Amino acid sequence: MVKKKHREYFRGLSLIVKNPLTVFGLVIIVVLVLSAMLAPFIAPYPEQGRGLSNLQERLKAPSIRHPLGTDNLGRDLMSRIVYGARVSIKAAIIVVLIVMGFGVPLGLIAGYFGGKIDELIMRFADMILAFPSLLLAIAIVASTGPSLLNALIAISIPWWPWYTRLVRGQVISLKEMQFVESAKAVGASSSRIMFRHILPNCLSPIIVQGTLDMGYIILCLASLGFLGLGTQPPTADWGVMVNDGREFFLTQWWISTFSGAAIFITVLAFNLVGDGLREAMDPKIRWRFQRT
Amino acid sequence: MLRYILKRLIWLLVVLFGLCVITFTLSRVVPGDPAAAYIGPRARPEQVELVRQQLGLDRPLYVQFGFYLRDLAHGNFGESLRTHRPVLRGIVDHLPASLELMFSAIIIALFLGIPIGVVSARRENTVVDHLSRLFSVANVSMPSFWLAMIFQIVFFRWLGLFPIGGRIDTVTALLHPIEKITGFSIVDAVISGNWVALRNVLLHLVLPSVTLAAYSTGLIARMTRSTMLEVLREDYITTARSIGVSESEIHFIHALRNAIGPTLTTAGLCFASMLTGTFFIELIFFWPGLGTYTINAIFLNDYPVIMAVTLLMALFYVAVNLCVDLLLAIADPRIRISK
Repeated sequence: MVKKKHREYFRGLSLIVKNPLTVFGLVIIVVLVLSAMLAPFIAPYPEQGRGLSNLQERLKAPSIRHPLGTDNLGRDLMSRIVYGARVSIKAAIIVVLIVMGFGVPLGLIAGYFGGKIDELIMRFADMILAFPSLLLAIAIVASTGPSLLNALIAISIPWWPWYTRLVRGQVISLKEMQFVESAKAVGASSSRIMFRHILPNCLSPIIVQGTLDMGYIILCLASLGFLGLGTQPPTADWGVMVNDGREFFLTQWWISTFSGAAIFITVLAFNLVGDGLREAMDPKIRWRFQRT
Repeated sequence: MLRYILKRLIWLLVVLFGLCVITFTLSRVVPGDPAAAYIGPRARPEQVELVRQQLGLDRPLYVQFGFYLRDLAHGNFGESLRTHRPVLRGIVDHLPASLELMFSAIIIALFLGIPIGVVSARRENTVVDHLSRLFSVANVSMPSFWLAMIFQIVFFRWLGLFPIGGRIDTVTALLHPIEKITGFSIVDAVISGNWVALRNVLLHLVLPSVTLAAYSTGLIARMTRSTMLEVLREDYITTARSIGVSESEIHFIHALRNAIGPTLTTAGLCFASMLTGTFFIELIFFWPGLGTYTINAIFLNDYPVIMAVTLLMALFYVAVNLCVDLLLAIADPRIRISK
């Protein structure tokens, strides 16, 4: 049994590696996470990455000294982007965790108990999903005041129902399985069955969804930052940086172009990996993939 | 069918109520005193108190919510803190410009996205397929505000093909003014036969609508590809092949007809979410639409405007979704029965 499971994983992994686009995305994510973690060592000017301005070198074009140029406060753009990666990835992980923390237990409860509780939770989830998520996030931050924390909460509020839906669907099919029956027979409590027996079996779709969402959350955060509703200066944030460069971009094109490119490449990488994971896990799609 | 529609309409009412609860709550968590904000910075305390009574802010919250609902039912969406004009007027004035942008964008997205998806499915797992999939996922991953700026650099600064922004050149607007009939520049220019202005308006429309269309194009291409692949495995396709129907006819006529449902649902969702998308695009292209109106309100902390726009946009989003679902139910009897 254990061996078979390992073989399953291995097959899934080899499918992921076979797809060049997924590998491309994976490489970018690894580079990104590494540079975010090692930001103080990689960034050419770490203090400027953290926000120290250097007004003598305002708006310098890319050169050997400043590979991506400098921004309107003379800060080295490359350092800013590396530190921005730190902020974006950290923020996206926090949002994913908040969303999972709310969505997954609610999905477990709705799916496991069914009946009135299920109806109540799912109707509420449906209602939240009926709103356009970015608009709701903008409205929430606009009324609670712009800050990174408020932005994180605002993005999480319209987001958790996706996980509730996902987990509920899984639980409904899993709870009829024999291992749940036997756990019940030996007298395990409902919460033990839900969290110890059912939850581990729905982890993989949750992880895929989490990967796919990372990209979209980074994009949402950048959008809020661009409108001045997210991260506040002097912390480096890609969306804020694109907006900072807007004033100068027809002549000093590099600020907005490179900061925006950082957002684009990151979101693209997460989407590619998410797609690859989904293909590797969904047998219906996997079959199609193996045909060639 | 009637029961299905009725059920959906009741659900719509529930969602609308939830919508009002959310915007009402948001407008009450706003930091600071709404009465003080309404009257302005240099008011005496007695004046603020008077305004508070006038606005009903001294009543319990549920009474205030009742007032809020009553006002909404009368079409009173509050007034702007800055200009003291009714918000609804502002929205009505700015909406046509945004709708014009959204309609052109969704048309571009459908005309690009569907063929790309079909070709991608037809040449599954070839270079063409990989490239078009990369194209669609790239479109979905791109921040629209960034793409807009890249377009401005390339097509305005370098190539000089398109104007940098706005709806019409100042000179053209002065020499060939468009008579305001519907508020849609293109329609008004055509009705009044103002061809010089029409040309100018169309030129201004290209970059913003292509930018707005990018996300939807990617999503529509993706959806078309995956549903096409599913449909192409059905028996009737094999039958069509065996009796010698040409490949293009199979793909573009027989398969596409059955694959179009999910694609149109996606397109409907895209169209609805474009209202939020216009925020960023209008800001960068100086487009005088609802997005610009709202963004200005956000910068100025003009809460009544923000909340009214949120409410109406969400309403629009829900209504578009409902229309798409109803259209699909009419087209596909399986949906009616299963729900």
